[in-house]
Parts: sequence; C-alpha cells; structure tokens
Amino acid sequence: MTKFRVVHYINQFFGQIGGEEKADVPPEKRQGPVGPGLALSAAFKDEAEIVATIICGDSYFNENMDSATETIIKMVKEEKPDLFIAGPAFNAGRYGVAAGAIASAVKEQLNIPSFTGMYEENPGADMYKQNVYIIQTGNSAAKMRKAIPPMAALALKLLKGEPIGSAAQEGYIPTGVRKNLFEEKRGSARAVDMLLKKLAGEPFETEYPMPTFDRVAPQPAVKDLAHANIALVTSGGIVPKGNPDHIESSSASHYGEYSIAEFDDLTAADHETAHGGYDPVYANEDPDRVLPVDVLRDMEKEGIIGKLNEFFYTTVGNGTAVANAKKFAEEIAQKLKMQNVDAVILTST
Amino acid sequence: MVKEIERAGFPVVHICTVTPISMTVGANRIVPAIAIPHPLGNPGLEKADEKKLRRKLVETALHALTTEVEDQTIFEVK
Amino acid sequence: MKLQLGYIDIRDIKFDKNPRIENGVLYVDPDALIASVLQDELIKNAHLEIAKPGESVRITPVKDVIEPRVKVEGRGGVFPGMVAKVDTVGSGKTYVLRGMAVVTCGKICGFQEGIIDMSGPGADYTPFSKLNNLCLVIEPQEGVKQHEYEHACRMAGLNMAAAIAELARELTPDETKDFETLTVKEGMEKYPDLPRVAYVQMLQSQGLLHDTYVYGVDAKRTLPTLISPTETMDGAIVSGNCVSACDKNTTYHHENNPVVADLFEQHGKTLNFVGMIITNENVYLADKQRSSDHTAELAEYLSLDGAVISQEGFGNPDTDLIMNCVKIEDKGIKTVIITDEYAGQDGKSQSLADADPKANACVTGGNANMVIRLPKMDKVIGTLDYVNVIAGAHEGSLQPDGSIEAELQVITGATNELGFNKLSAR
Repeated sequence: MTKFRVVHYINQFFGQIGGEEKADVPPEKRQGPVGPGLALSAAFKDEAEIVATIICGDSYFNENMDSATETIIKMVKEEKPDLFIAGPAFNAGRYGVAAGAIASAVKEQLNIPSFTGMYEENPGADMYKQNVYIIQTGNSAAKMRKAIPPMAALALKLLKGEPIGSAAQEGYIPTGVRKNLFEEKRGSARAVDMLLKKLAGEPFETEYPMPTFDRVAPQPAVKDLAHANIALVTSGGIVPKGNPDHIESSSASHYGEYSIAEFDDLTAADHETAHGGYDPVYANEDPDRVLPVDVLRDMEKEGIIGKLNEFFYTTVGNGTAVANAKKFAEEIAQKLKMQNVDAVILTST
Repeated sequence: MVKEIERAGFPVVHICTVTPISMTVGANRIVPAIAIPHPLGNPGLEKADEKKLRRKLVETALHALTTEVEDQTIFEVK
Repeated sequence: MKLQLGYIDIRDIKFDKNPRIENGVLYVDPDALIASVLQDELIKNAHLEIAKPGESVRITPVKDVIEPRVKVEGRGGVFPGMVAKVDTVGSGKTYVLRGMAVVTCGKICGFQEGIIDMSGPGADYTPFSKLNNLCLVIEPQEGVKQHEYEHACRMAGLNMAAAIAELARELTPDETKDFETLTVKEGMEKYPDLPRVAYVQMLQSQGLLHDTYVYGVDAKRTLPTLISPTETMDGAIVSGNCVSACDKNTTYHHENNPVVADLFEQHGKTLNFVGMIITNENVYLADKQRSSDHTAELAEYLSLDGAVISQEGFGNPDTDLIMNCVKIEDKGIKTVIITDEYAGQDGKSQSLADADPKANACVTGGNANMVIRLPKMDKVIGTLDYVNVIAGAHEGSLQPDGSIEAELQVITGATNELGFNKLSAR
C-alpha cells in the first residue's frame, strides 16, 4: 500500500534553526519530517508519511506575507501532497497567524485538505477558524504530547475522506460555521438527556451556544427636519403589485429598489407584500400599514419634513440570513448616500 | 439591517412590533408598532382613524430621529 | 388521567369497494371518501392517491399530515372541537393506525407549504417518507378566499382520517401502551425524590395560515394553560398552519409529540413528568409579554424543577422562546429549549433572531437554510406549479430537468422543533 503524502509547515524554533534571533529566516524545504513532524509521522503509523517539511521564520512570514506565501505554495506544490499540516503553534502569536494563513492559502489555492493547531487565544485562531480546521492545543510547547493524537486523527480522516464530526468530537476550535449532521438520538430525547444532566448539576453541552451581538453607536439626531430627506426601508416585503423582481417569501437573496415618486398613497391596486412569514391579508389590503407613504407624503406637503426620498428599499426579513441582510443594508446605505438621504425610517413586520 | 445602515452614517429609527428583537440586534432608536401583520395600521379602525394612528406613529418616529440618544432608546407612542 | 393506546400496524393501503383493515392492509373506497369531501361546496374537485416508502414519488404542496385514530373507550372522541364534540379527551382507550397517514395536498393556500419525497435524499429529512400515505389532492372552487380554503382543507383531512380510523374500532391492536399523568398531590407522594419536570409547548399562532387549534379554539385567542399530555394523543391539538414546510408541526406531530413520549419514557425512573403547559406565539408584543409571564407563573405553580420548552416556527417566535426560557429560569427552574436555525446557506450567520445567556441548554433541529438538491421523481402527487414560491425556494428552484434546488425549509418536517428528527447542527 502506498502511503499518503503529507507536507508539514513549522517555524524556525521547531525547525531547530534558532529562537527569536533567527525569526527572520526565509522559507526553506527539507525532505522528511523535522521536530514535531517526527511525532506526527509516528502517529500516522503506516498510513501516511511526512514527505517534506517547510521551515520559515515567524517574523519573515509576517513581514513578507504575500511573497512568503507564494514561495511556500510553490514548495508544497512540488511535493504533490495529499494533505498539508501547519504547526501546532500553541500560543505563539506570529507563528499562529503564519500557520493559519498558510494552511488557508494551501487549501484555497491547491485545493488539498489542510489544517493547523493552536491555543484558542492565539490571535491566529480567530482570524482563520472559519477557513480551516484548527485543532485546539494547550498554550505552550510543553503540551506537544497532547496535541499530536487529535492532529494525527484529523489528518487521517481528511486523507481518507471520512466525515468530520463536530468541534467537540474532533477537538478543533469551533469554526462559527453551522453544519447540519444526523445525531444518534432524536431531538426530544437529546433535550430530556440534557435536562437530566442540568438538573443533576453535571456538565452538559448545548448544541447552540448563544451569540453575543455587537453594537453601533447612535448617529447624531436630525437637526433640521423641515429640510431633511427621509427614506423608507422595510423588511416587510412591500413590493409593486406582481412582485416584479421575484423577491422570495422567505430567505430573501436580494432586495428591491422602487420609486414612489408617483404615489401619494399605496393601495391594493398597486402594491402588495412578498413576505411569507405573516398573515399577508392586512398588508395587501393597504400597504401603507407596513410602508407609511400616505402619511409621509402629507407631512412632506405640510412642510414638516423636507422630502420623502424618491426610492424605497424593501426585502423580506423572514428566514433571511443575517449575513444577507447585512449585505443588503450595506448596498442600500451606499445608494442612500448617493441620493443625499438624511435619515431613515425602517419598518419591520 | 438597522445596525448596518446606522453604521454607514444615517440616523435610523426602527418601527417594529417585537421591540425585544430590535433591542437584541442593536437598533438605537426604536418605536413600538401595532402588530406584526400591520405594524402601522389597525384593520379594526375606520380608515380615517387608522390613518390618524399611523400619523401618530410616524410623528413619534420623526421625534426619535430629531432626539439625541446615547444608548438604545424606545420611544413610546403618546 | 390514564390512556391506553392500541396500535394497529398498517403495512399497505389499497383501493377497494369494501373498506376494511385486514392483515395489516387498509382497504379504502375512494369514491365514498371523495363523495363526502365534495359535500363541502368550497371544494370543486378532489381525488385520492397512494404513496409508499421507497417509491419515486414527490408530494407537494403538502398542507397537513394526519394519523387516523379512533376512541374506543372513555370520554369524548378524537379531534375534539373539530371532528368530535367538545369533551375532555385523554383517558380510556384509543386505537392508532400506525405506519400510515392522511396527507392533504393540492393547490397552494399561502406561501407555507412543503414537499415530501418518498425516496432519494429528500426522504432522509422527512419522517413522512417512512409512512404509507393516503394523499387527498384538493382543488378549490374559483375565487374562494384563502382562509376559507384553508379551513376546508383542514376539515377534509381531519374528517377523512376520522372516517378511516372507524374501520379499526372492532379490531385487536398489535401492541398496547399505557400512559398516565398523576395529579399534583399523587405525583408528589409517589415520587418524592424525583425532579418535577413539565413540558412547555409553544403553539404557532401568528395568524391566518399560521394557526393551531386546541379543542377547536384558535390558540392565539387563549392564555397559556395546563393540559394533560394524554389529551394530545387524542388529537386535542391540531395544525391549522398549512404546514410550513420544515418547522411547523403537522397534526401528526401533535398526535405523536416526541417530547411527550420521551418524558413519559423517563417518568417514574429519572424524573416525574408532571404535565404540560401550552402557550402561543402571537404577533402583538403585549400578548408575548402576557403569555410568557403566565407560562412562567404556571411553571412555578407546579413546583417544577425543570422544563423542556419547544418552539414552533422562527423569526419573531424566537422572542417568545427566549422570554419563556428566561422567565422560567428566573423562577429557579432549569430549562432546555428546542429550536431550529436560520444560519444562512453558508452556515455563517447568526441562527436565531433573539438570544440570551440564560438559554444555555439548547437542542437544535438543524439549519433550515442548508441547500439541498432533490432529483426528479417519476411521479408527482399534487402539482409542481408552486415549487418556486414556497418558503425556502426561489425563482428557478425547479430546474429544467425536473430536479429541485432549494433550502431544507421546503421539506415538510425537516427541522421540526419538537425534536421529532435526528437532524441537528453544530
């Protein structure tokens, strides 16, 4: 049986070139395993071998990221490996960043499986955990012995194309990417098990850790309302009758931009909702109930506001991924800027 | 959405029924609406009264936009 | 309250002029069943089709899935307030036609209707691919209002299931199981050392086409209340939400509530299953406040140690879920919540619309945004006309070769939040 071919990346310290004083050495390639690669090789038994080791100084990599990446990618490619491993970098910051960056680059550019390992507080972990698996290790090289088995196990799974389990099962840092999987037990039984553990004061693992939300500082208030251009934005899915751009009833993939210059009042004859998450009857009867064009038009005529912006923006909040909503909002904000909008009324259902 | 538009430099007022979600996602100026299927209306009212109600909500929203806030603030409709 | 369920296994369904159940085969007379469906003047046309596990069959747009059951002993009848008269159910003896369901489908009512594939990758995600399905395909009269049509479909399905179940009345079940809920005092005396656990079920009540009925009452017009878990086994709770595909509960789910089953499984061993609180998910904030306050109050009143809380749907009901969880935790009662996720097709977005650190024990039914490709099936029961507009699909979901590319959302029951399935996410 031929063994799988693995290329390993380590820094100058683990490459036994030297410490901080040698951190500026450029990438070099040696045949076979070096340093921690020996332990990895041993853990692969007869199934895989480290055919080459690339060693690079941490400072050199971080100061010359583009050229160093290019050089290393070329070195990796020459070996035609089945897998690339970087580190483990433990809590060494520059090494962690280098390991994460090069592992990600190899995965993307050479399209071969690639991963690394480091301590969870290493800055490289946050930067690259969505790109490649990062096996969670201790915070110093003293924990090498414990880092090797999960790295070797993940390597063999990736090499054989076996399914990769959850972060807890495989020992990698949670990627923040949600992945569906089938469990042994149905959800209700898992809930009862979890409750029994929680009641007994035993440790239990939630399947979805609650997120923390970031905040944006409030913008200053509008000073001169009588001259302000006010724009309407809605996640309630109000669209011209017939939904000309086919905005989806749920999980919207795009948003709509429509002129209301011609309208003093929205009615069932000209507008409707595309939203699939709530009872559409009321919004269809009178779309002003979601997008208050009638009232704002009156206030514009009365001089209370300067102007109701010519265009409104609309999408469907229902089941729409936060990342999509964020992208829509960024694009909408660009357009609002070009139209000299001063403030926004956003309505949600 | 609210947060990203605000981040881009616009004061935003969020008119929504489920204000706890609005608080959680980080809107800064919030006006509670009537109900999810008709945030700015009430089908139980006469047309003219319904429009008055909507006007009140919009006036509250404009009041929110012209009020300086330091933290997340809910502007109740009076 | 004590109920015995007698299971009669149905291994096949056949059309026959002489309706009966014989050796595990259900024989139904389509002409007679359809004649009674057509008595509703809102229904223009209807017909029956049979779908079996493993067949190359796609059923869509699915509205409800119903398991036929008949009450053979004790008070009331199955689907009280809908089919049977209002009377408290949940005691005595009920027969269940296990391994089959009545599936209502046909022209769309709202956006929220799903797909059941009987084979292929889609079949792995829906529990209904494993059943022998008697599909009632309904076509409404021209110009019928959405909510009238929804009501007509709902009643046609429930009535047909009840009529079929009558065939089992005189049979001997293949298996029986007993379920008993004790009074508060009896439970305290019998299991003084076991933790007191209840089930809090949140019912979808967002309005027309997203409703649930309890003893015939629209759940959005109710306050949270206590109900014996055995009542759900007699069809006290039925779906009125046209089955939003992935995470709305069909009537079948309510009849076979897995949280109820798994809590009964542990009852008297590791915990004392005290009972069940049902609450709603309304569209007014005041209702959300009132219902979650009241739910927490009932939980405290039952002297609970723990509670399992299940959600139905997503979006603003995430707030009801978090409110229920936090308010119950604040009473010193430990909770586990069951939900599902909308983390984006790439899985990188936030899964829920609301969150709180107190919700530290969460079971998930999976990410409903995951994209799945469903190959063409040889036969379609219902119509593919609406595939591009159901929730989770997009313009172009239906490919020229007859396959479908859409989010898991489109599959009936795929990310069920009662924990009916093994699907999860990390």
